[in-house]
Amino acid sequence: MKTPVIKANKLTKRFGDFFAVNEISFEVYPGEIFGFLGANGAGKTTAMRMLCGLSIPTGGEAQVAGYNVFTDTEKIKKNIGYMSQKFSLYEDLTVLENINFFGGIYGLTDKQIKEKSEKLIAQLGMGSEAKKLVGSLPLGWKQKLAFSVSILHDPKIVFLDEPTGGVDPITRRQFWDLIYDAADNGISVFVTTHYMDEAEYCNRISMMVDGKIMALDSPANLKKQFSVASMDEVFFELARGAKRKAD
Amino acid sequence: MRTIKFLLQKEFKQIFRNKGLLPVLFIAPLIQLIILPLAADYEVKNISLAVVDHDHSSYSRKLVSKVGSSGYFKLAGYNESFSNMFGLLESDKADLVLEIPSGFEKTLVKEQKQKLFIAVNAINGVKAGLGGAYLSGIIRDYNSEIRAQWIHPAKFNPAPVIEVTSTNWYNPFMNYKLFMVPGILAVLITMVGGYMCALNIVKEKELGTIEQINVTPIKKAHFIIGKLLPFWIIGIFIFTVGLFGIGRLVYGIVPAGSMFLLYSFLSIYLVALLGFGLLISTFSETQQQAMSVAFFFVMIFMLMSGLFTPIDSMPGWAKTMANCNPVTYFIEVMRMIVMKGSGFVNIWFHFVVVILFAIGLNGWAMLNYRKTS
Repeated sequence: MKTPVIKANKLTKRFGDFFAVNEISFEVYPGEIFGFLGANGAGKTTAMRMLCGLSIPTGGEAQVAGYNVFTDTEKIKKNIGYMSQKFSLYEDLTVLENINFFGGIYGLTDKQIKEKSEKLIAQLGMGSEAKKLVGSLPLGWKQKLAFSVSILHDPKIVFLDEPTGGVDPITRRQFWDLIYDAADNGISVFVTTHYMDEAEYCNRISMMVDGKIMALDSPANLKKQFSVASMDEVFFELARGAKRKAD
Repeated sequence: MRTIKFLLQKEFKQIFRNKGLLPVLFIAPLIQLIILPLAADYEVKNISLAVVDHDHSSYSRKLVSKVGSSGYFKLAGYNESFSNMFGLLESDKADLVLEIPSGFEKTLVKEQKQKLFIAVNAINGVKAGLGGAYLSGIIRDYNSEIRAQWIHPAKFNPAPVIEVTSTNWYNPFMNYKLFMVPGILAVLITMVGGYMCALNIVKEKELGTIEQINVTPIKKAHFIIGKLLPFWIIGIFIFTVGLFGIGRLVYGIVPAGSMFLLYSFLSIYLVALLGFGLLISTFSETQQQAMSVAFFFVMIFMLMSGLFTPIDSMPGWAKTMANCNPVTYFIEVMRMIVMKGSGFVNIWFHFVVVILFAIGLNGWAMLNYRKTS
């Protein structure tokens, strides 16, 4: 088997006596689409922030792209892409300017930036929007653009935190086409979502309940394991036992 | 270096696209510099004077006309009833009441001695003090005129008199604008620089874009330089327009000292100031918070900087605060270089202090700004 790009072993984040993330262990492989599911407040975002080097864990260990999440956060940052719940491109810059800026701070050369932006704009079909301010684009377009920008520097892994929230079904479908493209190019995709149809698109899924991973397998195996017909029911089976209140 | 180039490009594009902010950044300080010095006038003029004249003699009328022609006073009332005139004082229509007793001329001529009464509305201490002093001065003048008239110079056996002659250095015409404009410019630069820098960074926190920056391998120092440098450049630009545009053209102020020295100080001062803005931004989550905190400090900085009131006359604790205020040093340096033409020997201490401020504030802000929690 290939070496995993993410390797977490009993990773823990504690705030006082509250265990936001409680000893989670899993591995993610190159080119894999790894769905990270759980109710609101289950600890998904905290776990993801630790893996991105935005938050230092309080216990356990983890390696992302071969680097330690305690000591090498800046090296991790070179090798990952990240797209948060909040839209995080600059709305007062144009599409091209955003691509240019993020390409630049990831250290791409001018030539690379030029090639990448041409390819990206062609892929997204945004030829006539390239010089428009990002703030003027519809949400679905923004999200697709944000995803494309987050993998501009060919990271090993891209973390997507509820990337399709508030997006219409057609755009969501297109968004997932982009995700498949990225995975085909060897980028691992680590994605949280509340849409169970999207969960079906993942290679493997982990279910978090109260800071712990309660189930981890392919969607088909999970449905078999719980003897149910849909991922919706798997989610209900697991999340029902949650003690934490959703926020 | 390349990272900084991309950051600067981004910042300048964003600043110049922000149509709401641009006028606040570039036009407002210049308008303020035109308007504020006119209001920050120490000279007390147009003092309303009510005269109670019980005498109605030629001497009393001469005195009143002399007071009136001094240019400092305007006559609010002329009457022989003290209570009428005091009413004017009570209703704020008069600042001063001068009472000329009956028999003023007679007693003055006969006994060569007379008493006048002045009642002062002292709510505004400065106006009261200066008004009273002006009026006393005019009466003293009037007195010596009468003496000169009556006593024949030949027969005059002079008592020893000490006469004081003074020369006004650095500001020979005692033009208060020469004093105020450099100080106000210093405060305006402080306000614009401090606010804008703090708000800019907090805005990225509010929008969530800072999180995107934090997951990039961008170095903390690069990010901070990318944030501070645009405002440093804008600060120097506004200062230049303020000093040479408004100061020179509107007020005719020609700096007496070395421009190199002034701009060296300004450069370091701006680094300190922007470090202060950065520090505020690291403590604030929203623009509203940053604005309130910055407003609190800017008010103190402004009022405790010796801009309007001399630091030497403050109580001890206030003096200590003023000495911990970077604006104090900038205003002093501005006034010293622009008005006196002071050299480095005179202001080296100010340089030391502002360098310490720059290191301290930026160091603190750097420690406090975290990419990782």
